[in-house]
Amino acid sequence: MSSPLRRDDVAKVAKLARLTLSDAELDMFTEQLGHVLEHAEDIEALDLADVIPTAHPFGLVNVVRGDIVRPCLARDEVLAMAPDAEDGRFAVPRIMGEAR
Amino acid sequence: MTLPEGWEMVVGLEVHTELKTATKMFCGCPNEFGAEANTHICPVCLGLPGSLPVLNVRAVDLAMAIGFALHSTIGFSTFHRKNYFYPDMPKDYQISQYDLPINKGGFLDLPDGSRVSIERAHLEEDTGKSTHLGASGRIRGADRSLVDYNRSGVPLVEIVSGPDIRSSAQARAYASELRGILIAAGASDGRMEEGSMRIDANVSVRHPDEPFGTRCEIKNLNSLRSLVRAIDYEALRQSELLDAGGTIRQETRHWDENLEATSTMRTKEEAEDYRYFREPDLVDLIPDAAWRERVALSLGAMPAQRRASLLARLGELPAAQRDALGVVIDLGFDHFVVAALDADVDGGLALARAANELASDVEHVENLSTEAYVVTLTMEQNGELSATQAKTVLLELLTNGGDPRAVALAKGFEQLSSDSLEATLDGLIAQYSDEWSRYRGGDEKLAQFFIGQVMKVTRGQANGKAVIAQLQSRR
Repeated sequence: MSSPLRRDDVAKVAKLARLTLSDAELDMFTEQLGHVLEHAEDIEALDLADVIPTAHPFGLVNVVRGDIVRPCLARDEVLAMAPDAEDGRFAVPRIMGEAR
Repeated sequence: MTLPEGWEMVVGLEVHTELKTATKMFCGCPNEFGAEANTHICPVCLGLPGSLPVLNVRAVDLAMAIGFALHSTIGFSTFHRKNYFYPDMPKDYQISQYDLPINKGGFLDLPDGSRVSIERAHLEEDTGKSTHLGASGRIRGADRSLVDYNRSGVPLVEIVSGPDIRSSAQARAYASELRGILIAAGASDGRMEEGSMRIDANVSVRHPDEPFGTRCEIKNLNSLRSLVRAIDYEALRQSELLDAGGTIRQETRHWDENLEATSTMRTKEEAEDYRYFREPDLVDLIPDAAWRERVALSLGAMPAQRRASLLARLGELPAAQRDALGVVIDLGFDHFVVAALDADVDGGLALARAANELASDVEHVENLSTEAYVVTLTMEQNGELSATQAKTVLLELLTNGGDPRAVALAKGFEQLSSDSLEATLDGLIAQYSDEWSRYRGGDEKLAQFFIGQVMKVTRGQANGKAVIAQLQSRR
């Protein structure tokens, strides 16, 4: 089966999620996440050719709403909860990357 | 533009179009451009904890309409989270479609007869809009950024073409035809200047018949002009670099309109890992036959059909009128032209007034009835109004509506009666008897002289064609 989870993989995932992990935490999560993957491997080992993939625990499809305007939040209330605001906008530390 | 000897460009386009819905993709906030900052926000589009998205049925309808117009396969689709950290995306993920987009495959035929394949056209949500403060005004020099979430969660469809485009002119034709289709499908207003249609271009070069070269992606081109120039610049840069023995690095590049150049934004090594995974808050989207049929039946004629049917009535067109036809099709002004043709207005005139005067005030075009358009053009054609006067009447009708004859009267555009035109000419001929003899003797240039004099005396009230007719009949 697939190779067990490496410590580097966990470090990379943590970095992508903007999590700072200590060495001890890296070891701990490598082991814990490894168990999760082992469980997935157990399931992969089964013959599931006749089982329809489950995308969602509920059997619902096509849940939609009508295109109808609903009330918005009051801007001043929302901005009052923000760490910083200016000129009716949320103020954030300067952006290093590029806009998408 | 031509590339150095032996090089051919290969281009694929990703076109993002905002959908013309009343509300956002996953919440009931208004989808409206130009509102005061952060007045169209709610817990869902602010990504507040515990809020849940519910899909807007109209966004799905419009995405499917685009799919039908592009001959896509419409079917089972799912939503994914595209994870990244950026202040314009408050949830820290964008809801998009990944391996199962609503529209798969398809094609778009261009007016020149070429066909560009479509890989997919999927639904996703737009991000907020950030303004970067700082000395230079550019992102890198900014001290802090301000974010407006009115656009956050606005429904988008991203249309991805195959790498089938071989010139910047073809890229322009593709974007322009696609824009016409989006407008005709009711999916978009096609206003590139308001950002409702944005284009990313994947550009590479190769020697014809060789495998594709390494590509670079140019981000966020927001006009057809930028699209053409950025593609030309990038293909030239790549071919010259390769000719000089260099290699192309796969990267994302930024087009600088002022410098007229592309520059590196991020390299492949820096490319982000978006960790796509299924959006657990949304269920599968499986448009059934009845839903698909309802959308298909709601679709009007596409630009290619409309162009063909207008051309069938107009016959061969000179180049200038072909451009006018393009504008008429783009803006959906066919009915004005058809009504004018039905009333025996000249085709060139019917196209020109729609492509110029009507196009100059698209927002108010509902003020103008086809009948008023036809009456105005008929008056112009009969010489009751000069060209300048007819244009003025049309612009007034667009602004305030009304009856063309009443508007002409109110503007003082009473036609110069043929009697007074004759009297004016009698006077001028007496005054300039030498010139008149030379004109009669065959000096054609003097026709312009007399027209000019008539216009001067009548302060532009005379009809040029009527003056020419008079001059010729008296010769």
